[in-house]
Amino acid sequence: MAEAVTTAETTEEVHTHHGEPDFWSKYIFSTDHKMIAMQYMFTGMIMALIGGYMAYVFRMQLAYPGESVPGFGTVTPLAYNSLITNHGAIMIFWVAMPILIAALGNFLIPLMIGCDDMAFPRVNRLSYQIFLLSVVVLLASFFVPGGGFGGAWTAYPPLSAQSQYNLTPFGAPLWLLAVALEFVAFLLGGINFITTTMNARAKGMKMYDIPIVVWMIVIASILFMASVGPLIAGAVMLLFDQVLGTTFYNPDAGGDPVLWQHLFWFFGHPEVYVVLLPAMGVVAEVITVFARKKLFAYKTILYTTFATGILSFFVWAHHQFIAGIDPRMAHVFTVTTVLISIPIAEMLFCYIATLYGGSIRLTTAMLFALAFLAEFLIGGVTGIYLGSSGTDIYFHDTYFVLAHFHYTFFPIAIIGFFTAIYYWFPKMFGRMMNETLGKIHFWGTIICFNGVFLPLFVLGIGGQHRRIYNFKNFPDLATPDMHNLRIFATWSAVVMLLFQIPFLINFVMSLFRGKKAGMNPWKANTLEWTAPSPPPHGNFKEMPVVYRGPYEYSVPGREEDYWPQNVPN
Amino acid sequence: MIFFVAMEIMFFAALISAYMIVKSGTLFWPPPDQPRLPVNATAINTLVLLASGFMLFRAERTFGQAKNPDAAKILLRLSIFLGTIFVVFQGYEWVKLIGFGLTMTSSTFGGFFYLIIGAHGSHALAALLVLYLMQRKLHKNQLSREEFWASQIFWYFVVGVWPILYILVYLN
Repeated sequence: MAEAVTTAETTEEVHTHHGEPDFWSKYIFSTDHKMIAMQYMFTGMIMALIGGYMAYVFRMQLAYPGESVPGFGTVTPLAYNSLITNHGAIMIFWVAMPILIAALGNFLIPLMIGCDDMAFPRVNRLSYQIFLLSVVVLLASFFVPGGGFGGAWTAYPPLSAQSQYNLTPFGAPLWLLAVALEFVAFLLGGINFITTTMNARAKGMKMYDIPIVVWMIVIASILFMASVGPLIAGAVMLLFDQVLGTTFYNPDAGGDPVLWQHLFWFFGHPEVYVVLLPAMGVVAEVITVFARKKLFAYKTILYTTFATGILSFFVWAHHQFIAGIDPRMAHVFTVTTVLISIPIAEMLFCYIATLYGGSIRLTTAMLFALAFLAEFLIGGVTGIYLGSSGTDIYFHDTYFVLAHFHYTFFPIAIIGFFTAIYYWFPKMFGRMMNETLGKIHFWGTIICFNGVFLPLFVLGIGGQHRRIYNFKNFPDLATPDMHNLRIFATWSAVVMLLFQIPFLINFVMSLFRGKKAGMNPWKANTLEWTAPSPPPHGNFKEMPVVYRGPYEYSVPGREEDYWPQNVPN
Repeated sequence: MIFFVAMEIMFFAALISAYMIVKSGTLFWPPPDQPRLPVNATAINTLVLLASGFMLFRAERTFGQAKNPDAAKILLRLSIFLGTIFVVFQGYEWVKLIGFGLTMTSSTFGGFFYLIIGAHGSHALAALLVLYLMQRKLHKNQLSREEFWASQIFWYFVVGVWPILYILVYLN
């Protein structure tokens, strides 16, 4: 708990175990930050497959209602509710969070700031174990009587609070419990990230020498910790409503159902930026390395990140424009919501300015980073329509909303993850990934992604509501034009899922057969590339000393176009 | 620890604002058919808790001073003792209130009362446990300054948030 604890704890542990540690202490109960990062990453990837499978099942149900889905069977209305609820929850809480915050934070922070491990390695291990427990609880909730929770991932009461409405008497409390456990895990992780970055930086590394991605993960952790308290309070109240029969959210007995929406979105909206910022950071690193150019306006990006973080606490009620809040309040939140697009747009402009005049190398990682900018831009622009209370009254709860947030979350969680994995794979596993397979994977994923969600924008404008099980029951929405778009989106999703096979093949092949990567295959500046690939326990042969900022590329007068942070001159 | 307490502050802020929102939406608060809360007895109990916080503060001031090595031990024990009295009295109060018919499910008021006061009580219990561990370490002269300071922050938080809860929940 004391912040002066050094990282000596781990080195001690290593020295007391002589020889090769056995399987369990190396892979399962490790306190090594890199191993914990791998545990988070692989858990996240498995959960992504589960979430993707769920998406496949309910997309098939939407395109061919009532027909048996290959690999699942007939989708009942109850199963459909449970599938969409858990798809959303899994993709955000068990894929985006563990991969972007936990895996990248654990892997990158100690390596990039040049220290041997996290400040509290055992807290770190505990964090993953609690996270794993939350995964087990969540997966168990699918197999209890009534099935998994079916009240949508935002869990609005009274639907979520009373089992006579959601018909999942056991799934609902288990789902809440899993979410709560997951938050405890990330709370522990977040404390670790912040403390490590503040106290354990390499000698000579000043605040403005910290790579952007580390800054962004730290700021995201602060946002998470500042916003999660209200959600935990709300979740406790919801759990009591479900299990003990209290009436916090029950309007019949004096409770207030909109209260949950406030507590949930007070967390939920900063949460968007919690996962966005690490992805933005990853893209910044990749863009500078492959444009061979200094990151444009490092400090501006940093300050806009702070601005985003602060503003993100004042936008939450734009989710409740039609929930009966005061229209004057809606105006205020319209202004703050549109305001928050300014720092984000500024960041995107800085990235584009970094590209301008650079000598760009289109590696797979770079392609994904560029796709992130393009796709996220669509997500951001459509957000303006939803953030304005006037248009939102029409768009609320339609597929327009759905397509909008998939255009933000897909670039963040999936494209951001692929950018990171194609870029840091050599450092993580010591081998290069195959670029040809990588490019096939890239084009397949990006084209199909747009094929899924562009039609959904059109359907949303046409008035298609989000939470409908079978559109055949609604003659206005069952026209052949609209239904063809649905079928097109579904098949795009299926093809996109199939295009993940080249990635998995590439991943596994490269893990064992890939070309050996040297210490610094991309000729990058940041400190992680001065450690061996993969870095051993303790990371660096000798602790690095930092002399300059992380983005000194193509400096005039130097023979090489890069200038690592730890090279004196 | 400071980060953790900051998160805890947000947690209690959310509970308090939830309570205020629901309260502002009703005409009669607390509901007329519900028992009143023991305002005066709890006022004395509040003073007990504040005294406990003050003892801990004194313990910190004397901790590590060579001329009076036992003073910190006595003050820390006194602080834990007063804190325990507070928690025990709260428990006694709950038993009485449940006897009078105020339960979590009897009304939203009852729900909020037990939720907020219960959340505080469980934090007080956890903090007392931490202080007790510190006291054992102090007894063996193994207590470090940082550990002691971290546990103090936690206890000051528990003590500091109580008067706010008392004013909002009891003196409504």
